[in-house]
Amino acid sequence: MTASDDGPAWAHELYEFLKENEITIFSYVPDAGHRVLIDRSMADPDVESIALTTEEEGVALSAGAHLGGRRSVLLVQSSGVGNCINMFSLTQIGRFPFLGIASMRGEFGEGNPWQMPMGQATQPVLEACGVVCLKAETPSDVIPCMTAATTMAYKSDQAAMVLLSQRLIGAKAF
Amino acid sequence: MSKEHEVGSLDRADAVPMLLGDLDDFIVVTGLAGPAKDVANIARGKPNCYYLAGAMGGAVSMGLGLALAQPKKKVLVVTGDGELLMNVGALATAAVRNPANLAIVCVDNGHYGETGYQLSHTTLGTDLSVMASGAGIGTVRSVSEESEMAEASRVLRDSNGVSFVLLRVSTAEPPKFRRSLDAVANKIRFREAVLGEA
Repeated sequence: MTASDDGPAWAHELYEFLKENEITIFSYVPDAGHRVLIDRSMADPDVESIALTTEEEGVALSAGAHLGGRRSVLLVQSSGVGNCINMFSLTQIGRFPFLGIASMRGEFGEGNPWQMPMGQATQPVLEACGVVCLKAETPSDVIPCMTAATTMAYKSDQAAMVLLSQRLIGAKAF
Repeated sequence: MSKEHEVGSLDRADAVPMLLGDLDDFIVVTGLAGPAKDVANIARGKPNCYYLAGAMGGAVSMGLGLALAQPKKKVLVVTGDGELLMNVGALATAAVRNPANLAIVCVDNGHYGETGYQLSHTTLGTDLSVMASGAGIGTVRSVSEESEMAEASRVLRDSNGVSFVLLRVSTAEPPKFRRSLDAVANKIRFREAVLGEA
């Protein structure tokens, strides 16, 4: 699929990547930056598409899915990373695989001041919680970063998150 | 301690085993503190139970993830009023997906027992069974007496969607059984039992 009103090509490639890697539970708090993944997961009868009330639910859901032998991914906006902090104690102390994708706000070209504090804190907070961060700045970064993060999560039992920069997804205009 | 305030008269040491029945009917996730001790004391090392000892607010979500991964097994979440109040939105998430194999028990003693029996909101007027109904869970029971146990115990096993049982108990202490706090070892043991692999 090519870039169009249906969203950028890299987002569709990302969805295909996740399915090829047997990631079949998508949990998320709705976010424009993840529109393609969310919409496609909702339309796909082969995957679970779970809307959360807060992002930390998705961290615990991921660990539960692993207990039962199923792979999942958590889609969050950078602001939602702050909501996950204490729940990462579960992934860390239980050495649960965890794969997340954060769509960034509050960095490259942000026009809403309220997004700045958590956007700037996202990577330091994740790293303080033991989550390995990989940042995708361009479309060609996305699949290599996801490949690396998925390998670290599901082969090395790590928590890993790919950060999709505003440089990639486009700064929201206000 | 504020133990003069009681939301129930049942002693959890008797009431929890009576409500849950044979744990072999389930794979189990518990919230931290009292409910983990309640279940550990029944399970006595059985591998089909995973105990949180932190990650407060995560039990229902973890149970939902497990239920989605193991649709042929009945998943039982056993948690407490404080743990559930911390992430009560998880009830809405579970209700919306409504897996047929997810059952939730909240052992409500109206207090934060682990931190010195401070009053919780459920002593002060919050009703978690109403919140569960409001979240959209279709099968909700509130148990305050022994006579209500048998039907609630059946509901946990037979419901075709998410079920929620609020078990109102006194401030009697949970059992003292010492459970393993090694989250990795418990994970491996659980996965070996459920999946046949670590």
